[in-house]
Amino acid sequence: MSETMSGAEMVIKAMQDQGVEHIFGYPGGAVLPIYDAMFHQDKVKHILVRHEQGAVHAAEGYARSSGKVGCVLVTSGPGATNAITGLTDALLDSIPLVCITGQVPTHLIGSDAFQECDTVGITRHCTKHNYLVRSVEDLPRILHEAFYVAANGRPGPVVVDIPKDVQFAMGQYEKPQSNQHKSYRPQMDGDRSKIRAAVELMANAKKPVFYSGGGVINSGDEASALLRELVRLTGYPITSTLMGLGAYPAADPQWLGMLGMHGTYEANMAMHDCDVMICIGARFDDRITGRLNAFSPNSKKIHVDIDPSSINKNVRVDIGIVGDCASVLKDMLAEWKALNKKPDPKAIAPWLNEITTWKAKDCLAYRGSKTTIKPQYAIERLYALTKDKDPYITTEVGQHQMWAAQYFRFESPNRWMTSGGLGTMGYGLPAAIGTQMAHRDSLVIDIAGEASILMNMQEMSTAVQYRLPVKIFILNNEYMGMVRQWQELLHGSRYSESYSESLPDFVKLAEAYGGKGIRCSDPAKLDDAIREMIDYPGPVIFDCLVEKMENCFPMIPSGKAHNEMIMNDLSDDAGVEIGNIIDQKGKALV
Amino acid sequence: MTQSHYSDAPASSIPARHTLSILVDNEPGVLARVAGLFSGRGYNIESLTVSETEHEKHVSRLTIVTTGTAMVIEQIKHQLDRLIPVHRVIDLTVQGDAIERELALVKVTGRGEQRSEALRIAAAFGARTLDATLNSFVFELTGASEDIERFIRVMAELGIAEVSRTGIAAMSRGAEAL
Repeated sequence: MSETMSGAEMVIKAMQDQGVEHIFGYPGGAVLPIYDAMFHQDKVKHILVRHEQGAVHAAEGYARSSGKVGCVLVTSGPGATNAITGLTDALLDSIPLVCITGQVPTHLIGSDAFQECDTVGITRHCTKHNYLVRSVEDLPRILHEAFYVAANGRPGPVVVDIPKDVQFAMGQYEKPQSNQHKSYRPQMDGDRSKIRAAVELMANAKKPVFYSGGGVINSGDEASALLRELVRLTGYPITSTLMGLGAYPAADPQWLGMLGMHGTYEANMAMHDCDVMICIGARFDDRITGRLNAFSPNSKKIHVDIDPSSINKNVRVDIGIVGDCASVLKDMLAEWKALNKKPDPKAIAPWLNEITTWKAKDCLAYRGSKTTIKPQYAIERLYALTKDKDPYITTEVGQHQMWAAQYFRFESPNRWMTSGGLGTMGYGLPAAIGTQMAHRDSLVIDIAGEASILMNMQEMSTAVQYRLPVKIFILNNEYMGMVRQWQELLHGSRYSESYSESLPDFVKLAEAYGGKGIRCSDPAKLDDAIREMIDYPGPVIFDCLVEKMENCFPMIPSGKAHNEMIMNDLSDDAGVEIGNIIDQKGKALV
Repeated sequence: MTQSHYSDAPASSIPARHTLSILVDNEPGVLARVAGLFSGRGYNIESLTVSETEHEKHVSRLTIVTTGTAMVIEQIKHQLDRLIPVHRVIDLTVQGDAIERELALVKVTGRGEQRSEALRIAAAFGARTLDATLNSFVFELTGASEDIERFIRVMAELGIAEVSRTGIAAMSRGAEAL
């Protein structure tokens, strides 16, 4: 049964029909009719952010921690352009979002009207798909289709740009029977013969390794459960990308830790020396592979990905399986159980022994201190004191993000929200707000750096307004730490513009926003200060003053292979001048 | 030195010319999406033709000629397939000996003996004369791109004023349809 309503009311009605409970946004001239339609209902709750970038990151945190589609509502012109960074972030990390943007009235499009920009033109390359709605008749279909496109296949952000006259226009709204796109049908089930061939290859491996990624998280809880079952059944070791942390429990003995540029020694060595690599929902990103022509030179590679364009993009694989992780993993399990000749567990015993010797190197060990807080120590203590509360962790981007990935240990999926592909400083606080919105009673911590946090500091105001007790745990080393580390390694320790000059007093800043501020610089007092933070019922900024010159290791330097990691100064390689390791060509890379 | 984070271009693979047929929803901006994908990812378009082929379904057919190594062509196909309004992408070149045709309009100017020579050549190539004045002809030639190239080269000797080409329309041989 169809109802007559305005375009603006259709937006809210479609959200309700999609089961949307929260939308993150910021009003403006070109979306006023939608805000008015929202005023007359209370099913869809609006969270007023302080900057549109914050709205998109909040929706990302909401989506990634809950498995739902995140929703954003912003106005035309600057509202839309401010959302671009968040949309690009969501595209690179495959986060399902629907972003409604207002647009100037249809007859003014192209006239350089006030707050006009070519939103569909600008967002074409930073969305999975986008729409300019030219007529109210198209609006119900497009709104529902947007949710389908965002959530199905490889998830991603979808923009629906709605001119103001279309918002006012009256039309017929009917909830469609199906919100499927007319032609877009992502392939969910993998090719069974390829899956069989993959399992044969796995069963005969002598040095196998699983390499999983964010695709497993995106596929849903079932995919994580199936991955655990398959990995345990095979007895093979497993590593994961930054985006995939939590899909496999970090406490498990088969877990090798994260791989890649700041991955563990054992994970990267296993990737380099393996004979069969089983990649599930990861995309051979350059942070993962290191030097491509030295990447895992002797392995047969199996790649499971829902996006066919990810297969053979950077690395040639032997068996590429297009499909959803959960579906393919289920088939892999069935094929493994149906194997005629059961694999001999002894066949991989030497490999597991080799891995044990790599683990013995204890690559994450660091030199402790009684006088200053080591950033690694701060994360270790934060983990130890919060792990029983099943916390949700978001991060900004930089050294603190890598330390969090290394020293915080994740047992479940959807607990770890970080900007991987785009590396967006300023992601963590709004993402924590979105996460807290989806999990009101959970502990949500944004592990931050003092430089990153200032990029979207204004969202503290949002946290206070909605009584979201997010904890901002700043590893304050007064430097853009990762920039400083690279300047040390590549540019003769010339710390050009990487010192965080004129920092605010974070304790006073927290108080100014109406939150609580805590500062700690003494390792002996750290535990009590962290407990104080956890126990406080509102938003907290924790200014943790850490060792300023600490670097993040292990590290695969630019232009190097997995087996050419540089280690911290506790290892045998101590005293090597790092700047000399990287050649000119390596310096040109990021 | 090959110590790069990124792979060096594989020395062994040679770029080849491929003709792709793409079925898309004929909706606003679809050509911009396809063209933007090529420019955004650094691929090359040598020729592009597009027109709606099924009016009721609003489906258009694009024919794109591009050049790249096998790996690049595979990526182009996958990236095109990712665009939501794209239904199908077919590489006619790997499918085998596809039929490729192009239409060219060629304006030739001249007087005297050159005019009769131009008419003789046009007849030899099977070109139609669409327009004639005392000092000009407009010829229409349909054929493979090489034939058109040859025609234009010969006519250039006689004084070409203007050339307009459609780019390639292509189709596979045999009963199988896209």
